[in-house]
Amino acid sequence: MTNTLGHLAMAPEDTDVLDKILARHLKDPGPLIPVLQDVQRRFGHLSRENLAYIARALRIPLSDVFGTASFYAQFYLAPRGENMVRVCQGTACHVQGSGEILAAFADALGIDAGETTADGEFSLERVACVGSCGLAPVVMINDKTFGRLSPEDVPLLLAKISTPLGEPQEKAHNQPQEDPS
Amino acid sequence: MDDSLAKARIMVGMGTCGLAAGARPVFDALVATREAAQAAVEIVPTGCIGMCEQEPMIDVIQPGGDRITLGPMTPEKAVHVLEALVNGTPIPEEWVIGRITQEAIYPELSSFRKQRRIVLRNCGFINPESIEEYTALGGYAALEKAITAMTPEEVIDEIIASGLRGRGGGGFPTGLKWRFTRQAPGEKKYLVCNADEGDPGAFMDRSILEGDPHSVLEGMAIAAYAVGADEGYIYVRAEYPLAIRRLRLAIEQAEERHFLGKGILGTDFSFTLHIKEGAGAFVCGEETALLASIEGKRGMPRPRPPFPASKGLWGKPTNINNVETYANVPYIIRAGGAYFAAIGTEKSKGTKVFALAGKVNNTGLTEVPMGITLREVIYEIGGGIRDGKQFKAVQIGGPSGGCIPEELLDIPIDYDSLSQAGAIMGSGGMVVMDEDTCMVDVARFFMDFIQKESCGKCAPCRIGTKRMLEILTRITEGEGQPADLDALLELAYTVKDLSLCGLGQTAPNPVLSTIRHFRHEYEAHIRDRTCPAKVCNALLTYTIIPEKCTGCGLCARNCPANCISGAPKEAHVIDQTRCTKCNTCLAKCPFEAIVRS
Repeated sequence: MTNTLGHLAMAPEDTDVLDKILARHLKDPGPLIPVLQDVQRRFGHLSRENLAYIARALRIPLSDVFGTASFYAQFYLAPRGENMVRVCQGTACHVQGSGEILAAFADALGIDAGETTADGEFSLERVACVGSCGLAPVVMINDKTFGRLSPEDVPLLLAKISTPLGEPQEKAHNQPQEDPS
Repeated sequence: MDDSLAKARIMVGMGTCGLAAGARPVFDALVATREAAQAAVEIVPTGCIGMCEQEPMIDVIQPGGDRITLGPMTPEKAVHVLEALVNGTPIPEEWVIGRITQEAIYPELSSFRKQRRIVLRNCGFINPESIEEYTALGGYAALEKAITAMTPEEVIDEIIASGLRGRGGGGFPTGLKWRFTRQAPGEKKYLVCNADEGDPGAFMDRSILEGDPHSVLEGMAIAAYAVGADEGYIYVRAEYPLAIRRLRLAIEQAEERHFLGKGILGTDFSFTLHIKEGAGAFVCGEETALLASIEGKRGMPRPRPPFPASKGLWGKPTNINNVETYANVPYIIRAGGAYFAAIGTEKSKGTKVFALAGKVNNTGLTEVPMGITLREVIYEIGGGIRDGKQFKAVQIGGPSGGCIPEELLDIPIDYDSLSQAGAIMGSGGMVVMDEDTCMVDVARFFMDFIQKESCGKCAPCRIGTKRMLEILTRITEGEGQPADLDALLELAYTVKDLSLCGLGQTAPNPVLSTIRHFRHEYEAHIRDRTCPAKVCNALLTYTIIPEKCTGCGLCARNCPANCISGAPKEAHVIDQTRCTKCNTCLAKCPFEAIVRS
């Protein structure tokens, strides 16, 4: 059951998490964006209930909170996949064929950019530039950057991401490499 | 120099580029081998030396010897190098990229001969996670000099004398900006670092933050002292997680040693620094939008004046410079403004870092004195065009910049020459394009970017970029009309003249510069319905050369549109009315019997 603001229907363990995040930033000037970032980090996206709760706690109109949340590309108002695949579409990647890389990901995952797979495992996104132009074309999967890609590498890369962690994979030099740090 | 430098050491290039190329397994293998052998060799991460195409790279330094750079490495090769170092056997010469001697950096590499490293002085040389290595090379000495031996006015005079201009795009004199903020009435003042490097194709700020974060912190502390600010923000793109991590660590270390925080170096000067992570909006690179974003609002620009120097963050006087600008400051204070001003041209002093990418042999970062020609950068430092192709254009300045053709490659790189040629210095992204790049497609690419990133506040940018994108898309899809070029130009000047902020005012530059220098390509698309670079799919036709076709049927079986037919062992035919131009047949044909024209 939700009322118009929504947050009354929230589970107490969720409001506890929100309260902790809010407490961390309450003293900062301009706390809204850091709060939204932390809440999204914790819950994966910004739900209507969470936005309403944040608005009330920070005494900012919900319309302003929604305005900020919907303005920035990195805020998600709907749940997204476990793994974020961001295919760089910067200039250097564009001239090195990033369009084909994006198509290969779309093909392998069966979704278009901006969508999430039905099993919730992957979301596919275009990103303007991740700043690794020297290794173009580049893709960022979660926090890891993979460079020097060709469309043939894509299924390989996805299989690797789906593999449970801790299974070492031998890779030749010219194949895409990751930073598991 | 501290003791640790007396030991043999191996440095692993671990910026984002190095990590993406596989530096982490190299580092781990080295550490594991050292532990197993109990070898007295230090293994440390370092930042980016700028040779992206050679990553992952390692550097071997023996006490008293040259520094040897090797790459591209694999964990196995790196372990071999470590073993050679321990056993005193020679290091395989074929892996050596170059040597850094007491006298010069890579004297044998043409890509380094014309470089002059001021901003990148420590990148690739120190462990960015160690403040000791920064101070061992004179780090924070400039801050100490500024706050103990100079007045704020003297610091500003020194920066004015250096001729330093903002490295983020506009090129406004940095010292003047500082003076405006200093002279603005008000007790509370802020200092902001714009690290929202949003231009696609630019990554020098990321490399500086990852490779030498303390130089930016030191520059900011000096600036804060000069303008009278006691609090500052670094606004970093969220796409740069490693830079954010290293900055946080650097701030912690600097606070511990009283280079930041309250009572810096025992004086009564205090400066507290915060990090703000961006949330993904290109327009936040514009200073007033960036300030709105720090305040927690939608990142939308506002009209100037008032400039941030008088009314900035929370209405207080605020000085904003970008990463590279601040990184120059400690050098200027130490070496003196006059020394810095001797580098470069009459109106553009010092050096500029460029991110060289695209169809060039040596991609990576390069720092050159102002006034060097584009040709020197692309052919001598960049090593020319990949795969022996023909140069077509170099795109400078990202979505606000322009494409410069072959005949203008001999202009000197300075703020004024570049804007005369229709580009801008911008933040320093340089993407090289060859004969296979379609200039109309490039213009469409940038317009698509800008149109998506337009914040929507003012009508010329919001609506104008949308209309321009529609026309450009139409042209690349083979439906251009004769009047389109004039319409594009008219829209371009309207958006340029009437937009509220720098994003909109410069948004038409990629279109204007490509029409100016590559008008024939637009005409070919519109009039002849061809794409000379064979990029725009809708304008291409795929045909099978009967003489070369063996009738193997591979193309027909793979065609997703089922539009290729033919009897076995006889030449096949593509039904042009149903062909979707997906390129599958061409990629599959083992006999090169399919051509695209």
